[in-house]
Amino acid sequence: MASSSSDQTFDVASFVEDYSLYRISQYVLVVLFIGFFLAPLETGIMTAFKTNRAVAETIPLMPPLAEGFTLDNMTFALNALSGAFFNSLFMAIPATIGSVLFGSMAAYGLTMVDWRGQLGVLVLFLIGIFLPYQAVLVPLARFWNNIFPLASMVEPLFIALPFLQGYHANLVPLMITHIAYGIPICTILFRSYYQGLPSSYVEAAKIDGASITKIYRRIILPISKPMFGVVFIYQFTQIYNEFLFAFTLITGSDTPEAVVTLILPAVGASTSGVDFGIRMSAAFLAALPTLIIYVAFAEQFAKGLRTEA
Amino acid sequence: MATTDKAESAKPQAEEVGWETKVRYFLNNDLVRSSPFWGIPFLLMGIAVYGGIGFNTAISLTDARGLTPPDYSLGNLDFEMYTQVLGSSAFISAAQNNLVLLIVFTTICLLLGLFLAILLDQGIRYNNTVQTIYLLPMALSFVITAQVWLWMYNYDFGVMNIITRAIGIGPVDWIGNPSIALGSVIFALIWQFSGYTMVVYLAGLRSLPDDQFEAAHVDGASTLKTYIRIIIPQMKEASVSAAVVLMVFALKAFTFLYALTGRYRPPNGTDILATLMVRQAFKLGKWAYSAAIATYLLILALGVIAPYLYYQYRQGSL
Repeated sequence: MASSSSDQTFDVASFVEDYSLYRISQYVLVVLFIGFFLAPLETGIMTAFKTNRAVAETIPLMPPLAEGFTLDNMTFALNALSGAFFNSLFMAIPATIGSVLFGSMAAYGLTMVDWRGQLGVLVLFLIGIFLPYQAVLVPLARFWNNIFPLASMVEPLFIALPFLQGYHANLVPLMITHIAYGIPICTILFRSYYQGLPSSYVEAAKIDGASITKIYRRIILPISKPMFGVVFIYQFTQIYNEFLFAFTLITGSDTPEAVVTLILPAVGASTSGVDFGIRMSAAFLAALPTLIIYVAFAEQFAKGLRTEA
Repeated sequence: MATTDKAESAKPQAEEVGWETKVRYFLNNDLVRSSPFWGIPFLLMGIAVYGGIGFNTAISLTDARGLTPPDYSLGNLDFEMYTQVLGSSAFISAAQNNLVLLIVFTTICLLLGLFLAILLDQGIRYNNTVQTIYLLPMALSFVITAQVWLWMYNYDFGVMNIITRAIGIGPVDWIGNPSIALGSVIFALIWQFSGYTMVVYLAGLRSLPDDQFEAAHVDGASTLKTYIRIIIPQMKEASVSAAVVLMVFALKAFTFLYALTGRYRPPNGTDILATLMVRQAFKLGKWAYSAAIATYLLILALGVIAPYLYYQYRQGSL
């Protein structure tokens, strides 16, 4: 900012002297931190492709060499996780759509339309974002297991459906749980966007006599497309990565309906310890969906995080 | 608010309008007409969050454990679990660990994030790409980063011990040594979160007008001085909101610790309230006891959130 290239044009000679060293040290720092943030991931990926012997004999940051290279770990991990991938996506995609839609609706009701008491409702939503989920875990387990066993109620339906098994019914409570607890953050993300919109849109439509529903469908939904992208990416990443709810509602990593994050801490573990070649392969595969989304939509992801704060 | 409500309801009475008009007014009211939009999500969220909290409190007052369902009869409800929790040494040591985690993790994350944000704000080339790389760990699940750091900290082959051997300290048992384990966990979490604080600070820095720098330069202030005297004090709001997110995270961090061992008990010396609560509930079946721990956790989180929301409200930015 202070030392952008335009500053340097007028007094080049002295600036080159002063700034070259300063500049170089800045870039050295930038590169060092790139190393700091990427090294743990790099060593993980390299280890994923090494034979057990190479893991023990080579430096963990080095790429696998000729005879040290193997795809066995990857294939093993892929087999261990393939069902879980389906479960994760089957649960996360509807849950994301649900919480994003509800969030958008709630934000619209809370920003575009004025009424008293909005602030109180807003605060209730905000607390919902920061809630430590431990505070609702015991009730959650009791509710879905004892009070309202939805999973066993919808199981016959799931058996009848193609591509699905009865055990997939156990993912439905998890899905609904994610929708419910995802609503607050989605609402606040959308609200910050809607607040930035010029109110003239809505005012004009109101004067024309458009109903609140019509304003939402015809005006708000179309112009909030970019924000839908941001919230969808943010929320999908959150739900796919989430562990605690899955851990509470789905019993054990060895059940067929377990999601990816639930299985990962158990892959490649045996009585003799952890097989890191397999474990790192599994971690890499588990990270792949979010990594792809992140690399493709980095700006949207960063925007989601910024607005959250 | 109650007074304004009264004033509002008093007005139509004075005008003596019929009940049909009143009903029509009521139905045309923006509050009512917008209620399907915010009402349904609000109801769902309300049941999940506040219903959940209420239910949890109810369970915490009983003596429920194991397979016997909670008994809500009045004579059975008391605060016994809360005193029992406070008296247990496991809770005290978990609370201590949690406090260390909260303070050290939040402070270093904020400082490192601020440093990185200032670094990237110096007109670094490709600074968007660099930002993407720094933020990358934040896109990964704690389950995944825990596995990665388990490997980094591996005693025999991990990168960390290669470094310590190279500089002559010799191998360190990063996760296994109870007096180091919490530090190792904090270090890994800082690795994951400092990109986040950087993004928050960068947004703050970029919202500042450029001429502050030019003015300071004209006055002959050095870059360092400009930052310390002028820029950083203006980052208060970014610091507060990032700190709240980090502190609440530190209170509820469970996944990373669980995923390190894959068992209910995290590495020795790293047990925090969140892991203690889940272990008491789902491993030992002490429902009422763990519900009481959860209530304490909630109170601590509210202790962080409530001042923040009040601060935001006072700033008019709610």
